[in-house]
Amino acid sequence: MKLTLRLGKRLNRSWQVDAMLMLLLGVFGAFMAIPLIYVINNAFKPLDELFIFPPKLFVRNPTFENFGDLLQVMKGSWVPFSRYIFNTFFITAAGTAGHILLASAAAYPLAKHKFRGHKVLFTIIVLSLMFSPHVTAIPNYMIMSSIGWIDSYKALIIPAFAFPLGLYLMKQFMEQIPDALLEAAKIDGASEYRIFWQIVMPLVKPAWLTLLILMMQMLWGADGGSFIYSEQLKTMHFAMGQIIQGGIARAGAGAAVAVVVMIVPIVTFLLSQSSVIQTMASSGMKD
Amino acid sequence: MQSAKVTAETITQPTAERPASGIRRKWALFASDMKRDKHLFVLMAPYMLLFGMFTVLPVIISIFFSFTYFNMLEAPRWIGWDNYARLLWSDDVFLIGLKNTLIFAVITGPVSYLACFVFAWLINELRPKVRAFMTLIFFAPSISGNVFFIWQIIFSSDAYGIINGFLMRIGYLNEPIQWLQDPQYMLGIIIIVQLWLSLGTSFLAFIAGLQTVDRTLYEAGAVDGVRNRWQELWYITLPSMRPQLMFGAVIQITASLAVADVSMALAGFPSVQYGAHTVVTHLVDYGTIRFEMGYASAIATILFMLMLGTNLIVQKLLRKVGE
Repeated sequence: MKLTLRLGKRLNRSWQVDAMLMLLLGVFGAFMAIPLIYVINNAFKPLDELFIFPPKLFVRNPTFENFGDLLQVMKGSWVPFSRYIFNTFFITAAGTAGHILLASAAAYPLAKHKFRGHKVLFTIIVLSLMFSPHVTAIPNYMIMSSIGWIDSYKALIIPAFAFPLGLYLMKQFMEQIPDALLEAAKIDGASEYRIFWQIVMPLVKPAWLTLLILMMQMLWGADGGSFIYSEQLKTMHFAMGQIIQGGIARAGAGAAVAVVVMIVPIVTFLLSQSSVIQTMASSGMKD
Repeated sequence: MQSAKVTAETITQPTAERPASGIRRKWALFASDMKRDKHLFVLMAPYMLLFGMFTVLPVIISIFFSFTYFNMLEAPRWIGWDNYARLLWSDDVFLIGLKNTLIFAVITGPVSYLACFVFAWLINELRPKVRAFMTLIFFAPSISGNVFFIWQIIFSSDAYGIINGFLMRIGYLNEPIQWLQDPQYMLGIIIIVQLWLSLGTSFLAFIAGLQTVDRTLYEAGAVDGVRNRWQELWYITLPSMRPQLMFGAVIQITASLAVADVSMALAGFPSVQYGAHTVVTHLVDYGTIRFEMGYASAIATILFMLMLGTNLIVQKLLRKVGE
């Protein structure tokens, strides 16, 4: 026993294979990282370095010129760049907050009570993980236009409340809460709402962060698609597309906007990683 | 686990006496259950209402309109199977899209699934600090908000593109290749970018799953004659992770059949000779440009069947692994 404890993770490992596998990990890690490193470096390259031939990966004389250019480019546009940033923040924040609240409220009964129809409801949720939102895009457009939500924030925010993945993960995570705890609260006379709000919700904080990351993955990159027409309601991602379409003359500003776009989700994940991993441990599909 | 389930059931078991006799008894039972659980239904109502409105209802609408001619101006006209017949027998562009979609799915589906697992497995061997860093590196592309346009610069058709610049410097090329305009390269490049983006939710699920595998199983395995890491992987790790593996499969399959954004951003829309056309881009074409909603609904319904069918078959197969 002492021996295996001391060896710990080295059980059944040979260093040759270890080295080979770590090399593999390094090579693919580079493949994942280089495009991002490249765009970050480009954002700080002065004009003469951007068009050097052959192109260089790393910046030599870093400058903030491109970020200044970005503001310059966007000043000439109809709406200030800050408006695009606000739209993206607002859509992501509102969509995520509503989703966490509604999905948790629906997940608690599914995870902890055997009411009539709980199996059918959960099966429908699992089935809905099996097709992408593209399938429902056309009818969603018809529904939105018939209730007059086209060209408003609502069209992006409200459907996000009911994405199935968040409910699924929340329900799986809530199943770990010991029943004894809920039973005790019930005996003390707490209502279901109170149990949900004061006991269950604080216990599933790691899952909130996970839902935040997943919603960010979906909403942060949203460009409004066919739902948003007004320029002042469009998102940062849409503005990024416009700048990049400016072609080679906008290469620096394009890289700068990409850095602005990617920094928030990456930092958020950096801060919440351990909670996310903790939640994903319960993501499995049981028979 | 079993005992936890039993107690959960006893919590919600009604204590009231139930009246006897046939249908009336069943109805009374149903009514008393509903009354007992009414708070639960109140909690679920907001989510389920929106879920029904924006996920369930659209699927039903889509199936219904797929049998009609509908342009959003006139009332829909019932035309039976005509849309499907047109799609499968006379729409050559759809068949190109379907072919490309299947090529993407057959390659990016299994490869990305394996990549998610293999990299999660390798990362799991690292020390915690390094592990957190590598997780970030591999996950970053999928979370950074559609910055995959970077690949447009990398595969740019002029000499300033990274790949062209590199190949010209080492003397392999004399003039730049039009990577994203040439149907010969388009598909391959989109597959690469799609794989770059594919270490997302399932990758995290696998990392998490690996961390929860019971450590004592490995020690017991070593005693029972597991000799190397491959045996350990096959006999201990994989079977303990089956639930996460099934979840990951759903996420990867669905994503691999839905290739569209990357294709439209990199190869253009429509792409040269429809080289990067997919079922979803075909859907976008008819649904948001031509406004042939009936026809677009038929495309959406086929996509729905394709995704659901593939997922259900793969779930069946995965359930058999290790049995």
